[in-house]
Amino acid sequence: MSILVDKNTKLIVQGITGQAGAFHTKQCKEYGTNVVGGVTPGKAGETLDGIPIFNSVRDAVDKTKANATMIYVPAPFAADAIIEAADAGIELIVCITEGIPILDMVGVKSYLKTTRSLLIGPNCPGIITPGECKIGIMPGYIHKVGKVGVISRSGTLTYEAVHQLSQRGIGQSTCVGIGGDPVSGLSFLDVLKLFNADPNTEGVIMLGEIGGSAEETAAEYIKSEMKKPVVGFIGGQTAPEGKRMGHAGAIISGGSGKASDKIKALEKAGVSVSMSPATLGETMAKALGR
Amino acid sequence: MKIHEYQAKDIFRKYQIAVPNGKPAFTVDEAVTVAKSISTHGPWVVKAQIHAGGRGKGGGVKLAKSLDEVRTHSEAILGMTLITHQTGPEGKLVKRLLIEEGCNIASEFYLAVTLDRVSSQLVIMASPAGGMDIEHVAANTPEKIFKEWINPMVGLRDFQCRRLASKMGFTGTTAKGFTDILKKLIRLFIDTDCGLAEINPLVVTKEGGVLAVDAKVDFEENSLYRHPSLLELRDHNEEDPSETAAKRFDLSYISLDGNIGCMVNGAGLAMATMDILKYEGGNAANFLDVGGGATEEKVKEAFKIILSDKKVKAVLVNIFGGIMKCDVIALGIIAAVKDLKLAIPLVVRLEGTNVDLGKKLLNDSGLKLETATGMKEAAQKAVVAAGGGNK
Repeated sequence: MSILVDKNTKLIVQGITGQAGAFHTKQCKEYGTNVVGGVTPGKAGETLDGIPIFNSVRDAVDKTKANATMIYVPAPFAADAIIEAADAGIELIVCITEGIPILDMVGVKSYLKTTRSLLIGPNCPGIITPGECKIGIMPGYIHKVGKVGVISRSGTLTYEAVHQLSQRGIGQSTCVGIGGDPVSGLSFLDVLKLFNADPNTEGVIMLGEIGGSAEETAAEYIKSEMKKPVVGFIGGQTAPEGKRMGHAGAIISGGSGKASDKIKALEKAGVSVSMSPATLGETMAKALGR
Repeated sequence: MKIHEYQAKDIFRKYQIAVPNGKPAFTVDEAVTVAKSISTHGPWVVKAQIHAGGRGKGGGVKLAKSLDEVRTHSEAILGMTLITHQTGPEGKLVKRLLIEEGCNIASEFYLAVTLDRVSSQLVIMASPAGGMDIEHVAANTPEKIFKEWINPMVGLRDFQCRRLASKMGFTGTTAKGFTDILKKLIRLFIDTDCGLAEINPLVVTKEGGVLAVDAKVDFEENSLYRHPSLLELRDHNEEDPSETAAKRFDLSYISLDGNIGCMVNGAGLAMATMDILKYEGGNAANFLDVGGGATEEKVKEAFKIILSDKKVKAVLVNIFGGIMKCDVIALGIIAAVKDLKLAIPLVVRLEGTNVDLGKKLLNDSGLKLETATGMKEAAQKAVVAAGGGNK
């Protein structure tokens, strides 16, 4: 078991013929992901690495029965791509694209509420269930099959955490990069709920950062509902106020979104917060009693 | 992207949001000329134009009852280093003024539109506690801030405007004037992709008019590509030159107070690197994300920007190579170090794809640098290299 994606996931790629799209499609396929099609308007009938290309998501779904999509469409057109995927009934939409206008995402988010589609991202590394399905840009080989769930607003910091776990022999059930934007799909809370219900997940690492209050909301849930140990880290403990730290959503504004407040909330909820990013694996091992 | 008050008011005028009569001035003489052109008798208000709030308290806003006073106030404000709670202790040099006609203020209010991250919708915030620091109001008297959320599917509705106007205590023509400004402000926000549009204070005059005496507009960075004309409003004097230089190479850089320069791939790891330096007793001189597809050229530019900060006593490179291979990064580092004749200690931590090859290239390069395994060791070595910690 795992959450959201597994060996039965049938993936299409929107923006499959772009440089990044083509490269990562091959990487995902090599990892073992069942990539059944791609979408680039105007290129129907062509193939990439033996993968058939369609003009629209609807066509791709009709022909391949795909239930997940990975989006590499450039930022100005990415909101449209997400809506097109939801309109075609895709269950899981993973949007890697960075730099989507925030107001576009406000509209997307509102539209998605009228559908059954789930969105991961945008501005995220994607999602992976080790050994079964990789949808995104993360290096597959650092992962190890196992029972720790990982949720993160960041890319390379997630790899860091996964690497620390794998080195200690602790594998992962599923790793979800929820992205660094202020308006995005699945939140910490949504993913925590899934991990809590997943019998194969024994513990969760949650990598938050400054900006917003999603970590605080997650802490409320952890305090009252979470049955599994949670290890936390909050990036940006030393970040200055009012500066956007790379991610569109990583900003302390008007005194809110501070790392110290998030750490306090998580600790109050019983989360083992690692103050150093070098001790994530160690803290998880302790939390699992290993 | 922040802009000046006078620029925001120009945009307000385009949307027919009432603002006081006024114009910018860049010299004292110009300030007097502008004052004459907007009113024959005054009073006038001389306002410092910097990208920070709290200007009044810092002495950057002054009322002038005569043209002589316009001159003296302009002389005092232009060229001053204005320190407010938003500028930091170093303050900001005032290079531009806004000269405005004074108005007969009856009462002051607060009105703003911004993104609410929790609901993923735009939120209107209005308060009868105008002219004050809104963060202060939010902390001490949150019940004085009224909110309405805008569902993007249906937009702002009339009943919401009525509800807000009533909570604010507006009736008759003032309620109408308030609603009118509110609707125009939202249109402006959406049309130009703002991150924040704020009027503080929104003033009701003794004559019963409603007007925006201050105007603050921030544009959302991801959307700037669809508003090329707004880019011309950028004032590079207000921005850190290193941050501007970094943007040209698609690098994300923010200068900080410490003495350890950092180059990291990924924003989350870059923040975590700053944090671990502090944890190990040092301080980062900057945040720098070279991005996922760092090329040799980018690495070199990143080094240049880091080294342009004279506080930097050591450099820490922390790369988790995923798709980006460690050997490629190593070659980039070697080329940059040779080219720039790096004279301060360098600590490199590589992890991920082709890490062994990357480390070998660095060790065989003959360059004076230290490699490290893991973030902890890297941070500790960097702290020592920079002359010890503050623990």
